[in-house]
Amino acid sequence: MSKPDVIIVGGGVISCAIAYYLAKAKVKVMVLEKEEIGDGGSSRNGGGVRQSARDPREIPIAMYAINNLWPTLSEELGVDIEYHKKGNLRLGKTEEHLRVLQHNVNLGLKAGLELKMVSSAEIHELNPYVSEEVIGASYCPTDGHANPMKTTLAFYKRARELGTQFITGETVKSVILKKGKVAGVKTKENTYEAPLVILAAGMDSRVIANSVGIDIPMQKILLEALITEAQPIMFPQMLGTAAADFYGHQTDHGSFVFGGSTSLENYVSDVEGRETKSITAPYICRAILGYFPCLSKVNIIRTWAGFIDESADHVPVLSKVDEVPGLVLTCGFSGHGFGISPAIGLLISELIIKDKPSLSLEAFKYDRFKPKG
Amino acid sequence: MNKITDRTFTGEEFVSHRDDSVIICRCEEISKGEIRRAVYDGMRTMSEVKRYVRAGMGLCQGQTCSRLVKNIIAKELGLKPGEVEIPTPRSPARPVSMEIYANDGMKK
Repeated sequence: MSKPDVIIVGGGVISCAIAYYLAKAKVKVMVLEKEEIGDGGSSRNGGGVRQSARDPREIPIAMYAINNLWPTLSEELGVDIEYHKKGNLRLGKTEEHLRVLQHNVNLGLKAGLELKMVSSAEIHELNPYVSEEVIGASYCPTDGHANPMKTTLAFYKRARELGTQFITGETVKSVILKKGKVAGVKTKENTYEAPLVILAAGMDSRVIANSVGIDIPMQKILLEALITEAQPIMFPQMLGTAAADFYGHQTDHGSFVFGGSTSLENYVSDVEGRETKSITAPYICRAILGYFPCLSKVNIIRTWAGFIDESADHVPVLSKVDEVPGLVLTCGFSGHGFGISPAIGLLISELIIKDKPSLSLEAFKYDRFKPKG
Repeated sequence: MNKITDRTFTGEEFVSHRDDSVIICRCEEISKGEIRRAVYDGMRTMSEVKRYVRAGMGLCQGQTCSRLVKNIIAKELGLKPGEVEIPTPRSPARPVSMEIYANDGMKK
């Protein structure tokens, strides 16, 4: 195979989406992945396709994805990615919770999002299984969820069919420069040449960018979730809470995917392995049963853990690098990259092909992080 | 593990087999043909096949079908079964109800 036009480092949903939209535009792409396709945050993922409760900078991208890309994605990729646009309920149990929710609603409305507070009666209309303890919620009817594993692998399958060269088992160590411009990447054992390199490798993006003197303040945070046995279909909404103690949804399969944070995640983030902690699943179960007591007899059949690549201001870096012509960064998705992944794929492909994406990416520049002062 | 693998699509057609309708993963009712099709679509490891078609993702977590799934993938790819990457075993070893889980670590 001749030299690719673009090398993408990392084989997750962001990378596969970019590869797909580039390949569709007849760009020759090579993807280098150190493990398997979608083995990081792409398959360790709650599957939310949300606009609500996002940073205002991200909302236009999320809205674009939901209005233009998600609804036809299954058809386009030839795989059912289980997308459902049935709303997001963020539940509250106390007056303090309602204040938090109202604040999010105000931010969302300002960004042009369809979002409102709903009463206990309205919640039970939408979801009769919610505990009586819940006194209010925010509701975004155009939010939803999809299957992150199938979405990732569907983008992979289609990009591969369109000629993208995927190589797994290749750990990229550094970016190669020639006369100050990107010339390719070096892996443990090989060298691959291309005039353009996209780093979409989660936390590894930081280390690889360091090889050419670029540093993005980001850290890895452990995220855990649990999966139940299949249940009859009960409700279609994506769920979250003002207390941020759990989130999740019921999948097409009938199983529930529930995630949650104990607030101790920051202190276990140095471990190499993605291991579930003994305290987390019990905590998530207590949180869920506090909102859905009817699920108490439902069996948990599996738990998992994965890493979030969290940037210092909790939104991603989507940017060319001025000092290193030919280098593009797409990292720091901070745990909410999946819902916007199709739009990121499209926008980055446009950034590369015509230097002018359909939505401005100015708010996501790599050099926006400054010391306090 | 994680041998360097070029996954470039060769463009050849998917060929059906006579026994493609045989159920391999009983929990999720996934057939041999669906697993073969997943490999054709580019899946190269047991985790990828699992995430793509749910083989080994049901109640028994692959305790029954893992070996069969592994052999099918290996045969499709012309590998020895031992060369196929296996998925991570995940806690709990057997299904545990939420109310029991929720009690763990709480004072009696």
